[in-house]
Parts: sequence; C-alpha cells; structure tokens
Amino acid sequence: MTKTSFVVANLFRKRTRTILTLLSVIMAFLLFGLLQSVNTVFNAGADFVGATRLMVQARVSFTSPLPISMVPKLESMPGVTRVAYQQWFGGVWQENTPLIMFSTDPGRYHDVYPEYVMADAQWQTFARTRTGMIAGKQLAEQYGWKIGQKIPIASNIYPQKNGSKAWAFDLVGIFDGKDEDYFDEANQFGVKGRANFFVLKLADGANAEAISHSIDAMFENSPDETKTQTEKDFNISFVKQVGDIGLIVRWILFAVFFTLLLVVGNTMAQSVRERIPELAVLKTLGFTDGSVLGFVLAEAFALCLFGGLIGLVLASISSALVSKGTGGQFQLTLDGSVWLIGIVAIVLMSLAVGLLPALRARRLRIVDALAGR
Amino acid sequence: MTDSMVQVRNVVKVYERGKQKVEVLHGLNLEIPTGDFVALMGPSGSGKTTLLNLIGGLDQPTSGEIVVGGGRIDQLKGGELAHWRARHIGFVFQFYNLMPVLTAEGNVELPLLLTRLSAAQRRKNVAVALQVVGLTDRANHKPKELSGGQEQRVAIARALVSDPPLLVCDEPTGDLDRKTAEEILGLLQVLNREHGKTIVMVTHDPKAAEFARRTLHLEKGQLLEQTAQQAA
Repeated sequence: MTKTSFVVANLFRKRTRTILTLLSVIMAFLLFGLLQSVNTVFNAGADFVGATRLMVQARVSFTSPLPISMVPKLESMPGVTRVAYQQWFGGVWQENTPLIMFSTDPGRYHDVYPEYVMADAQWQTFARTRTGMIAGKQLAEQYGWKIGQKIPIASNIYPQKNGSKAWAFDLVGIFDGKDEDYFDEANQFGVKGRANFFVLKLADGANAEAISHSIDAMFENSPDETKTQTEKDFNISFVKQVGDIGLIVRWILFAVFFTLLLVVGNTMAQSVRERIPELAVLKTLGFTDGSVLGFVLAEAFALCLFGGLIGLVLASISSALVSKGTGGQFQLTLDGSVWLIGIVAIVLMSLAVGLLPALRARRLRIVDALAGR
Repeated sequence: MTDSMVQVRNVVKVYERGKQKVEVLHGLNLEIPTGDFVALMGPSGSGKTTLLNLIGGLDQPTSGEIVVGGGRIDQLKGGELAHWRARHIGFVFQFYNLMPVLTAEGNVELPLLLTRLSAAQRRKNVAVALQVVGLTDRANHKPKELSGGQEQRVAIARALVSDPPLLVCDEPTGDLDRKTAEEILGLLQVLNREHGKTIVMVTHDPKAAEFARRTLHLEKGQLLEQTAQQAA
C-alpha cells in the first residue's frame, strides 16, 4: 500500500456517490472544453490558409447591401476566377418556420459552388425561371416539397410592391436559392442591383489574404466599403450576431462551475464528516495535522483531476467530431491554452472544494474526535 | 523490570466545557516501570481515559510533567508529539477503529507509511505482526469480513508493527464476548512477557484486570491504591 492508494481507496469508499460526483465533474469539464474551444474559434484572428473562396460584405455589416456593379471589379482582381452574390431574403415557411434563403444569380452560383450536386437540366430551368427556386434535399424532404410545386414563402424583410409579404416560388430543383430578377423587380423597398455579399471563387494557389486586402483597399473611402474574409470567418461572424459569444460562454461556465463547486464541495464535506473518528485514528498513529490535511486535499484533487482530465479528453474527441462533421467550417480544437486553463481550473476547484473539509480535518482534536464530541 | 517507562508527576488536567472548567486529574503521580502490564480501573469519570490519553501523547496536561521512555512529552508541540507517538506508542481501542476501506494487511501497514522502510520491508513487517496475532490467513480481508475478535487482533497487529515500547489499550475487550476477550487479553500477556512490551490498559472489567501484572485504581482524579495480581 502507498499513500496514493490509500487516498484512492478513501475516495471510493462510497462508490455510487463518488461515481455520480465524478460524472458531474466530467460533464462540467466536457462542457468547459467545448465552450472554451468555441470561444477560441470566435476570438481567433483571420485564417486564410487553404481558403478557396472569399466572402465580401459591407464593412459595417452584411445587412447593408453592396451594389452588384462591383462584380466586374471583383472579377478583374488577379486570382479571382468567378463572383457570385447573394441577398438575404428572410424567408418564413407557413406560420413561423424561418428558412435560410438568399436570392442569387443561378449561373454564377453554380460556377462558384460546383460541389452542389444538381442535374444540369434543373440548373438550366433555375436560370430560365423568373420565380424559380431550388432547395436542399433535406429541406425538401422535411417539408415534402416536390419539383414543379408552387411554394408559398413569406419574407420577414421584403414585402412585395403590393404590400403582401407572401411570395410564391416554383421549385425547379432540389438545392437552394431563387431567381434574382423576380426579387429585384417585385420587392417594395426597391432594393435592386444590390447583394448582401459576394462570394469569390479563387484560382488554385491564389493568395487569399493578399486578395482580401486588395479588395478592401479598392473600396476604401467609397460609399460601399467592404470587409473581405474567408467563408469560415464569415460563417463565424454570422453566428456572432447572436450576441457576445465570449460573454455567453463565460456565464454558462460560471453557472456550471458554481453548481459543480456545490456538488463536489458537498461530497467532500460529507465524506470528511462521516469519518471524523478515522481521521482521529490517523493522527493517533502519528500522522501530523498537515498530513491529514494533505490526505483530504489529495482526495479532492484526485476527484477533480480524474473527472477533469476525462472531461477534457471527451471534449477533444467531441470537438474533433464537430470539426469533421462541419467539413472544417467550424474548426473546434482544444489547443494548449484550453488544456492549460483546464488544468488551472482543476487545481483551483480542488482547493475550493477540498480546503474547508481539509482544514476541518487538520483542526480535529484527537480526544474529542475519538469521544464523538 | 528495570527503569521507568512512564513517570507522571503532579499532573493536573482541566477540561473547559463552554464556560465551565472541570478538573479531571488533581496533581496525580504515577510511575510505570519498563516491561510492566498495568490495568487502570475506576468508575466512569474517574479520569482513567484522560490519564491514558496523556500517557499516550494524545492530549497535554494543564500542568505537571509526563516522562515516557526517558523523554518529557508534555513539552512537545503538535507535530513533534505526532512523530513521537509514531515511534513510541501503539494504540488499541475498544471499537478497534480500523480503516474500513483497507484490508487487514493495509490497516497494519498504515503506521509504516510514516517510516522510511521500503515496500518490501513493510510487507515483511506486516506479515510478522499478523503472524504474532494469528491472523496470517485473514490478511486480505476487510474489517467488515472479520469477527470482533479478529478485528481487535488486527488492531493489536497495527499497534505492534512499528515495534513501539509502550502499548496503550483503552477497554480493548469492552466490545467482545468473554471467550474472545480472554483470547485478546492472553495475547496482550504474551506481548508483555515474551516481547517485552510495556502495557497500560484501561478496563472496567475486574476479570480483564487480572491479566495485568498490577491494577491501579482511580477515583475522582486521584490514584487510590494498587493491587498486584497473583497470576502475574
């Protein structure tokens, strides 16, 4: 037997209680790892490495549309092979089901997103049909849409010139988008010839960062200043509109760790309370007050360390799965800083939950404890 | 028996219970020679356990001197006293006070974690201690898997394993039936006679006291008389 095995044996004296507490620590650190890596993603600087497309939006916000007349200038930029553009439509299906819908130029869209698989005939019909729209396969299946069907969709941004928010589209293909001209001519606000953002398809080996800087420099001090970023950063800034992600993450973690503190703290306090005589016996045998304090703190540390490390490992695995599942668009990774903060959190939590019971154990007077006083 | 193992000189012990002060021992004097086996008897509240705690270094006197094994322990501070206990005293309690999470072997090894012995040496010492108390075959059993008598034997092995010169026993047979109690007392006798351990034992039971070499009677914090046992 060693002191370590004695600590572990004591930790598992009430197996069910320890396992349940351990699970709560694991869950807390899993959440911590994932949320910290989300936070890291949202706070990371621009990453142009491997970018094959760039997104150009108004510098102020992507909700401020840019003139489509920019397209030739963008397309003339060395390294840019094709430009598509999209206008946020704010689609609503039936009562309150929001849809991610954009108006676009079908031909350009097809060129810039060659990975979207749809029959050529459907692309051609899409380009020809003024009221045409395409939808993603999953979406179409979810709502039972069939090609040739008239799809009534409201816009929570753009009413038609007659004041109606209801629009009608012909589903001409299973993928996504709608006819740009139909939207330009029929919307009440007269938003014409503008797009919320442009999608630039880059040539192989093009320097994405340099192109990005050149585009923004080109439109600097114009009425339509731009902000050019990678698709990944664009998607992240899109999500950021929900609010201050860092603050949200911090508040969630605060709530999680505060609850964890109470749970583990209670377990430790209870564990010490129910073995006061045993701790007194340790002192009787010659273990000093400091050693007994050390035993209790070591138990708290072992509990937090076991749970914390398992939680962080699970968070690493989960974030790798998220990254893979999103095709690298949302690249969650538990980098060194997350692990470092996690280890510091483990140490601080051990102290927070173990110190009071440990001090109580240290202060025990042997004769009182043995007499049950 | 030669020199003194325990010398208690003018010891006063006052407990504070809230605002009340209770004097439990009133200037008590006592000498226990090395190799003695003393039974301390007396009614409840007479100060037996208090005296035992003072001799064992679990508590400090309010005034007076306590010398054990030639050293004054009433002047030792908390940490020093803990180290002193580890080297000089073996404790046996009425309710055994074993660690429920450890096996008999683990319980006996516990005091050796305070030494610099190697794991192999510790295992060897544990095996010897368990052999002395006749529990070699129960080494891997946890306390809840042992009878009361076996638990007390483990507790005695734990008290013995670091080879202390003095064993301090507080009602070691108080929780056992007569037959088992006699086995335990017989074991203490063997430790006293064959292994040279000095033993101070608190007991309410006159039959248990008969196993000691002599019996000291306490009443209201004063030593009244001593009786030498014929059996001893």
